[in-house]
Amino acid sequence: MDQRTDESQTRAAADWPDGLYDLLKTHGIRQVALVPDAGHARLIRRCLADNEMRVVSLTTEEEGIALLQGAWLGGEKGVLLMQSSGVGNCINMLSLAIMHRTPMPMIVTMRGDFGEFNPAQVPMGNATQTVLEAMGTLVRRADRPEDVVPTVDATIRLAFNTFRPTATLIGQRVIGAKTFGKD
Amino acid sequence: MLAASGKLDRRELCRALLDDRGDMLVIAGLGAPAWDITAVGDRAENFPLWGGMGGAAMIGLGLALAQPARKVLVITGDGEMLMGVGSLATIAVQRPANLSIVVQDNEHYGETGMQETHTKHGVDLVGMAKSAGFPRTMLVTRPEEVPALRAAIHEGGGPLFAVAKVDASSLPLVLPPREGSYLQARMREAVLGPAAHHQL
Repeated sequence: MDQRTDESQTRAAADWPDGLYDLLKTHGIRQVALVPDAGHARLIRRCLADNEMRVVSLTTEEEGIALLQGAWLGGEKGVLLMQSSGVGNCINMLSLAIMHRTPMPMIVTMRGDFGEFNPAQVPMGNATQTVLEAMGTLVRRADRPEDVVPTVDATIRLAFNTFRPTATLIGQRVIGAKTFGKD
Repeated sequence: MLAASGKLDRRELCRALLDDRGDMLVIAGLGAPAWDITAVGDRAENFPLWGGMGGAAMIGLGLALAQPARKVLVITGDGEMLMGVGSLATIAVQRPANLSIVVQDNEHYGETGMQETHTKHGVDLVGMAKSAGFPRTMLVTRPEEVPALRAAIHEGGGPLFAVAKVDASSLPLVLPPREGSYLQARMREAVLGPAAHHQL
């Protein structure tokens, strides 16, 4: 592989937020529930600009799990975007997905994961995958930019094809650690 | 419709609200509201919850956004609504005209030993919904006010948020089915037809 190909692949990989937006369109996602995270900012902007998508900003992430339950009852597909700390807020509400066999794809940007600066992010970041799996969620990780789109594609398919909660965890190595100007 | 306490009988209230309901979809919060809608009549357009406390109103929002041409009614308790009180802000911002939320407020946690909720101590859910931006709110305490509530639910022009103060006594259990995938599949089929099970 020559250097030019390397560079173009790197650029393409850095465009993963746009790739995720295209994926949501491909899968016919109509309801996008979210509590914002910096790692999702570009994807959120794309969704807000799309009149065919309803972006539902939440006060807490568990609202998003309940929203996805209602959307599926009404025949619409949804997705929940959040930061890893928000996963902790969803745990009991995930009972809905197991009880009713409801597709609930989640796209989680990690904190407390790789080079974290803020000690308060580490406990939940360290527990994110474990607690999701404890609640029956199928979890896959993407730790390189080029893995993000294929992994999210796989977990969205798993959610809607096999009727369960699924999550892609996008590693902090992909997003970059927030350092509060203290590099 | 009044109980001996002088407050509304929750089940009679439920029966009145669901009378001649057409194709309205109904989500019921866990506990007594789920037993109440089942006592009125179990059917595919009912989604009684066995858990997910705090999520009933948001399930209603997701359903109302997905099916804007159908009326969606969430019937839940004061404890359940208080656990998800932030969703009042989320729903007010989304402003679905076809969604109504009715809290049957007995001022207690009825399933766990009748401990008092915050509404017993003056917390005003109607005021909170109004402040969040709900365009229509109602407080119902008398039988003669119930027809107006039923009419408002059926009119649309929401989202509507209402509190009905109900008698706190527990009524005989009328349990809905407990098989969650059945509850979900039957409502999806009622909404989407047989395609509900084949559309992927």
